[in-house]
Amino acid sequence: MKDALYHGTISELSALMGAGELSAVELMESVLARTKAVDGRVRAFNSFDEKDALDQARASDLRRSRARAAGESVGPLEGIPVGLKDVISVRGQPLTASSRMLEGFVSPYDSTVTEKLKAAGAVCWGRLNLDEFAMGSSTENSAFGATSNPWDLDRVPGGSSGGSAAAVAAGEATAALGSDTGGSIRQPAALCNVVGLKPTYGRVSRYGLIAFASSLDQIGPFTRSVGDAATLLGVISGHDRRDSTSVDLDVPDYGRAVADLKKSGRRWRLGIPKEYFGEGLDSEVGAAVQAAIDEYRRLGAEIREVSLPHTKYAVGAYYIIATAECSSNLARYDGVRYGHRSKDARDALDLYFKSRAEGFGAEVKRRIILGTYVLSSGYYDAYYLRAQKVRTLIRRDFLEAYKHVDAIVTPTSPTPAFRKGEKAANPLAMYLNDIYTIGVNLAGLPGVSIPCGFTRGGLPIGLQVIGQPFKEAELLAVAGAYEERNDWRSRHPAL
Amino acid sequence: MTKPRDLDLDHVANLARITLTPEEKERFASQIGDVLAHIAHLNEVDVSGVEPTAHAFPVVNVWAADVPEPGLSVGDALLNAPQKRDNMFVVPRVVE
Repeated sequence: MKDALYHGTISELSALMGAGELSAVELMESVLARTKAVDGRVRAFNSFDEKDALDQARASDLRRSRARAAGESVGPLEGIPVGLKDVISVRGQPLTASSRMLEGFVSPYDSTVTEKLKAAGAVCWGRLNLDEFAMGSSTENSAFGATSNPWDLDRVPGGSSGGSAAAVAAGEATAALGSDTGGSIRQPAALCNVVGLKPTYGRVSRYGLIAFASSLDQIGPFTRSVGDAATLLGVISGHDRRDSTSVDLDVPDYGRAVADLKKSGRRWRLGIPKEYFGEGLDSEVGAAVQAAIDEYRRLGAEIREVSLPHTKYAVGAYYIIATAECSSNLARYDGVRYGHRSKDARDALDLYFKSRAEGFGAEVKRRIILGTYVLSSGYYDAYYLRAQKVRTLIRRDFLEAYKHVDAIVTPTSPTPAFRKGEKAANPLAMYLNDIYTIGVNLAGLPGVSIPCGFTRGGLPIGLQVIGQPFKEAELLAVAGAYEERNDWRSRHPAL
Repeated sequence: MTKPRDLDLDHVANLARITLTPEEKERFASQIGDVLAHIAHLNEVDVSGVEPTAHAFPVVNVWAADVPEPGLSVGDALLNAPQKRDNMFVVPRVVE
């Protein structure tokens, strides 16, 4: 390996451990030392438990040596430090959603993805920062302080999973999990030069994920390569009877499926939606994405223009549906059974009002208020029902396009990382930053952001590939074909 | 669709069970007004005859076998209680 251990990919590190040249403890120590060296500036973590991480790494080394003695093999995640966004439950560890509301909360159980990571031998590593309750696109809405973009500490890492993206970019975790409701995995991945995958809605169980907007939320991986994303997706996917929206479909071996697709030499038909290349697209981002499309053409792909005519309504529909669902989901934070309880409450009703006023930050309150309004008596049909109908039209746009193409290629974010504070006072401007990612959630599709270049100022640019429902293998094969010929991912920020 | 001037923040905050300060009310009124003005573009869309989508991949009639199994222990359920006593959550008096 030419890089430091803390910049290694899952496949590289797993191979080293398999060859007996590296132990999980040595890897964890490298990541720990790196985190201690840089996280004072990056602030990707809300907290981490050093002793617990090293204990897990020691247990992993023991499993590996026992397996070796018995002539058995271990999985590709054995001993790999995987960071977790602080909305994913890990038994016995803090779970804050970066909110005062949950300060001091300790998870009484594991989420399904945590169980799966542990069963695969991964080290569940740290609690990664986010916009409070995953509401935001910059990780500035955290009650515990903003995360910085490792490529420029004065800029945001994107959000809401900004801590996950920054940690993987900065060498503080080999991979990470985040959640994506309107772009919260793909947009920070783009802004931090890492791979970020949102699976098809229903592919990954949401059990043990703090709910924001339940019809849109999906957990997915942040990694340093498309191959690693395939590995991690294979581990966390699958039907779970504790999440009744998880879909009962077999989980392919994604690594093998991608390799088979590559071998088949299939000629991909890629759709370029003209609505994603209009006003508001930064010229350097547009040029980098156009260069990536040209690269696909050189690779033999057939490039077709497609139309997603309802694109301009996606942000509006999203901010009705997502806020409506969040106003319902966050009703549970009432100061009674867990979470912040006001010390000044006169009676039970007053307890709700004051605990919620004290526990939630401004953006969360704003969204609860908007969501409550659009669901309130007399407004439901005009807002919520209409938004759900527009959602149908947005989904149809994509399904219509997929009659002619295998995948759709777009920019992930209209701009590179913006400066901290730049959009903080203007929620609408912040929301419009999600224009290219939100439609994918409304339609329930899988999407991935991969590195596709840098601005002249040295800021990363992301390429979004959008796939068909439950065809993550094809999606990753398309993404991998570009990655193989374009080595942006091996650049690291100077920290 | 309704114009933002119909947004009665006191009424909505009451429904949402959140106390808003006067400063929050003033700020939210204009910020949410901007968002609602953007949302008003949805009125341009012809949605006649279009079915609403609640979930992209609706799954219906999900049944589980009616077999008891271990759940959270009382201790775990009370782990994060702001106030507890005798295996119960303590709350302010509700009835006089």
